[in-house]
Amino acid sequence: MAEFSLPANSKVSSAGKRYPAPAGAANVKAFKVYRWNPEDGANPRYDTYELDLDTTGPMVLDALIKIKSEVDSTLTFRRSCREGICGSCSMNIDGTNTLACTKAIDDIKGEVRITPLPHMEVIKDLVPDFKHFYAQYASIKPWLQTVTPAPSGEERIQTVEDRSKIDGLYECILCACCSTACPSYWWNSDKFLGPAILLQAYRWLADSRDEMTGERLDALEDPFRLYRCHTIMNCANVCPKGLNPAKAIAEIKLMMVERAG
Amino acid sequence: MGTGTELGRVRGLGSAKDGVHHWWLQRVTAIANLVLVLWFVFSLVRLPALDYTAVVLWLRQPVAAVPMLLLIVAVFWHFRLGVQVMIEDYVHGAPRVLAMLALNFYALAGAAAAVFAVLKIALGAA
Repeated sequence: MAEFSLPANSKVSSAGKRYPAPAGAANVKAFKVYRWNPEDGANPRYDTYELDLDTTGPMVLDALIKIKSEVDSTLTFRRSCREGICGSCSMNIDGTNTLACTKAIDDIKGEVRITPLPHMEVIKDLVPDFKHFYAQYASIKPWLQTVTPAPSGEERIQTVEDRSKIDGLYECILCACCSTACPSYWWNSDKFLGPAILLQAYRWLADSRDEMTGERLDALEDPFRLYRCHTIMNCANVCPKGLNPAKAIAEIKLMMVERAG
Repeated sequence: MGTGTELGRVRGLGSAKDGVHHWWLQRVTAIANLVLVLWFVFSLVRLPALDYTAVVLWLRQPVAAVPMLLLIVAVFWHFRLGVQVMIEDYVHGAPRVLAMLALNFYALAGAAAAVFAVLKIALGAA
């Protein structure tokens, strides 16, 4: 059965600490951050860090980096490019999955609540386990597959029009904001591939150079892998790159109908 | 079945090669329901009265009985397809098999009873 309440050891305790703003700070903002350490045996908690925004960068990631460097070095999170192209700092900020590096602090009213991506196993603090997500990505064979031997010493030619068919698909950075915002993925992620992986699957189905369309559709035609999508649209709502995984999934469903006749 | 690796678990038993038929029928029965329910509501509104005699007399005509049978089939079929999706979403393992059996029995028995009722009126002695 789908589980609707957290197991006892996952419930957030009220033992969180508060780190007050430095004396004399004029522009104070509180960041309430989910903390969980696998080594201390304690339940998760929220720690609240008060920062002086006059000495903090504009984005939520700037605040997290400031906390880690100046206030509490035990805070754990992933980050790399700080410009929305690596997908490392995906987390739930103010109730919405997004990238900390492209989310402006000014866009959030009141306290900034930060938790890991929903319904993922937590490794520590804001770091979720992506093993299963990446295995699902590998399962759709995300590379060009052809029967025709590769042309020797030449590129595989694609018209400008054909190339434009993968616009809105190739930009996906696999941050998992969409998949972890999807209720169908929460309840059935063991089998449902989720919006991110299905958008990636369509990226190869839509590529004029790929010749394994039939095999790709065979692998997707399944009540769980594909058809758990009920067009809830949370995926398109949260995508920090402005992509529309729900539309890509609808295109796959149309291809299925087209080939069934 | 490869259960020792993450990719093995994801590949699992493979694809069921099924689902497109269910998805398509859900949409076809939805449109059928839309048309037939509109017909049903308009027909009832246009009846001179809504008492037992008026409805029985109306349902005795083939132009009412045949769409009524189609409505029954489309509604129960759509119901069965839709509830199946909910069961698959939330119920896993052996309870799902039991829930699906109960759903199929309810949908078939309900449709059979409704069809029988319409036929009894339409074909019965006056």
